[in-house]
Amino acid sequence: MAEQKNAIAFVAREEKPQLPAPASTTGAVGWIRENLFSSIPNMVLTLLSIYLVYVSLPGIIDWVFLKSVWTANSLDECRQISREGACWAVVNERFGQFMYGFYPQELRWRPTLAFVLMLVAYAPLLFDKLPGRKALLLLTLTFPLAAYALLWGGILGIEAVPSNKFGGFLLTLVIGVTGISFSLPLGILLALGRSSDLPFIKVLCVTFIEFIRGVPLITLLFVASTLLNYFLPPSWSFDLILRVIIMVTLFASAYMAEVIRGGLAALPKGQYEAADALGLGYWQSMYLIILPQALKISIPGIVNTFIGLFKDTTLVSVIGLFDPLGIVQPILADSRWNGLVVELYVFVAAFFFIFCFAMSRYSMYLERKLSTGHDR
Amino acid sequence: MSVTTPIGGEEQRFSIGMLWTDTRYRSTTIQIIALFLVMIAVGFFLQNIYLNLQALGKDFRFDFLFDPASYDINQRLIEYDSQSPHWKAAVVGILNTLLVAFLGCITATIIGVLAGVLRLSKNWVVAKLMTVYIEGVRNVPVLLQILLLYSVFIEVLPKPKKAEPMLDGMLVATNRGFYIPSMVLESGAGVVLGVFALSLIGIVFFRRHARKVQEQTGKVLPVALVSLGLFVLPALLAFFAMGQPIGLENPELKGFNFKGGVHMRNSLVALWLALSIYTGAFIAEVVRAGIQAISKGQSEAAFALGLRPGRTMRLVILPQALRIIIPPTISNFLNLTKNSSLAIAVGYMDATGTLGGITLNQTGREMECILLLMAFYLITSLTISGVMNKYNDMVKLKER
Repeated sequence: MAEQKNAIAFVAREEKPQLPAPASTTGAVGWIRENLFSSIPNMVLTLLSIYLVYVSLPGIIDWVFLKSVWTANSLDECRQISREGACWAVVNERFGQFMYGFYPQELRWRPTLAFVLMLVAYAPLLFDKLPGRKALLLLTLTFPLAAYALLWGGILGIEAVPSNKFGGFLLTLVIGVTGISFSLPLGILLALGRSSDLPFIKVLCVTFIEFIRGVPLITLLFVASTLLNYFLPPSWSFDLILRVIIMVTLFASAYMAEVIRGGLAALPKGQYEAADALGLGYWQSMYLIILPQALKISIPGIVNTFIGLFKDTTLVSVIGLFDPLGIVQPILADSRWNGLVVELYVFVAAFFFIFCFAMSRYSMYLERKLSTGHDR
Repeated sequence: MSVTTPIGGEEQRFSIGMLWTDTRYRSTTIQIIALFLVMIAVGFFLQNIYLNLQALGKDFRFDFLFDPASYDINQRLIEYDSQSPHWKAAVVGILNTLLVAFLGCITATIIGVLAGVLRLSKNWVVAKLMTVYIEGVRNVPVLLQILLLYSVFIEVLPKPKKAEPMLDGMLVATNRGFYIPSMVLESGAGVVLGVFALSLIGIVFFRRHARKVQEQTGKVLPVALVSLGLFVLPALLAFFAMGQPIGLENPELKGFNFKGGVHMRNSLVALWLALSIYTGAFIAEVVRAGIQAISKGQSEAAFALGLRPGRTMRLVILPQALRIIIPPTISNFLNLTKNSSLAIAVGYMDATGTLGGITLNQTGREMECILLLMAFYLITSLTISGVMNKYNDMVKLKER
């Protein structure tokens, strides 16, 4: 005790309780100070963007929801009810056309059924933890045939529907889904060809890929609509949708090939050598060792190509098909809705956004699921 | 008569099956088969083209290009009227494509870099706003955006008579298009431009000199200040010395329309803006990925060396990030150029609209027109990617 009195040094025998952080650095206030007002330029940016949101958001919400009109018979009627709101009545009235184009009214259950079947058929491919996946995969194999029978008919006693009746999002999905399903395998083959040791095959693939990537899709669609018939004997008459699907698939497969080639090039050389050392043949080593890894690396690029293909289906409206953008023209030709464009485009944009955004989220999920923790 | 063949001795007899089973011959076999198939396919197509053209009574020649086009093009960079030949219409279209591609690439880069950097900002509001922009724009077809912007211009913008000139009369936005001032060159303008060119050369030389001084003595010259001075002052002095020979002519309302200045039609502006906004979102993602790819150790090392944040960015982070950013940005520029062919949807007469549109429909020469059109786009794409690859090689990490 006495010793302690004289001592100058002080040794803490127990840990002192920590002081709470200054109020200005914790909680909501601290977060705001740290993230929004940390410096003068930052403050200016924050205020500017808040002002931007404040100015535009209420107007947008009013236009889309609060002051919009959902049922009316013509544009004039819409404008009489509300001048500042969107006139969704047209979408409401023409919803069937947006979905199915000019597909006969009484047969529209067929595309709907095909769509539901598509969801069922693709589910086991997309999610591997699905119960009863094996059985569902069998269904997947029969899906293309079933879809063809349901959409076009003409076989098994199902009433035939000519493809010029196809339109709206039905057409988008038909072109998009077929293109996606065929462009991946074709792209893989092209990528393998481009990185192959056989000079002639390589030149062939490079020429094809660079040619397709060098021209806009619209010129290829012109080829589909005006030129393709010149290349084939007069007796082979394809319908326009099939020609478009072929061109869109070829177009997407060239981009796909480049994405996958990136994945093939990113694999360490040791993987190829290990496959050779195991005595695997070319196809075996590709199938068992190289492609599973290369495709995994290229998932973001592959999905981006899918999204691009899906968005590019809108270009068919330029060659006169009635996809959701093309269907806008006959709607505008109706004197009741004449002069109402923005609403229609916004509706179509919302549809595409939902599909494409979902696809990009799925690719993120896939990346996370397949990540083996080897990356840096 | 020996029963066993010694190992590695006598050459195995060549048999026809070995063309496939022996790896020495297989690759040749495959290639010859492929060559054969390709030849058959090409022959098949050529024959069909020949037969089909014959059946339609058409031939394959390009002399239609010299016939009068007899259609008008409202937005053009060179002299053209409806009596001009088809090839001139095609040139007008090609120049229009290049114009919108050039303008678009510049604005897309500006938008993309800003949005990409701001998306990484620590400022929550700004970062979220940029995320909304990027995700919203990337997931909607560009054709739709072009059409939407175009119809908004036509619906929302006022008629020329009611339009309010903005920015001191320099910009007028009407539902017939945008009007901007045009440059009027009087005598003596050449001198001013010459002085300006000289000062640009001066800047280059000063920068070289400054680098040399820095490398030899370590002294840092005020490069930015001197460059700015050289850029502005001599040209300004010459401008006033020659009696202000360069002027701007503002658009003015005459009757029902604006006269004077440069008239940019709504189709051009809508196409340009929509392509810039769309491609900008993609470039923003590329920029973000590039900056994020530089490991934190790099900036920490720069700080440890005593570099200030600005210099760290300019001397350490950016040169490395650019190497990652440039290749995908090039392909985005190419995509923009190719997407500019969507001009046909809003009636902007680019190469697709003239050569692949009206000329094709008027002359009925699908084969020739589309071949020329594809050739133009191919050459443009290959040139851009060639030039950019050269640049890419220049900034590439020099591996030894």
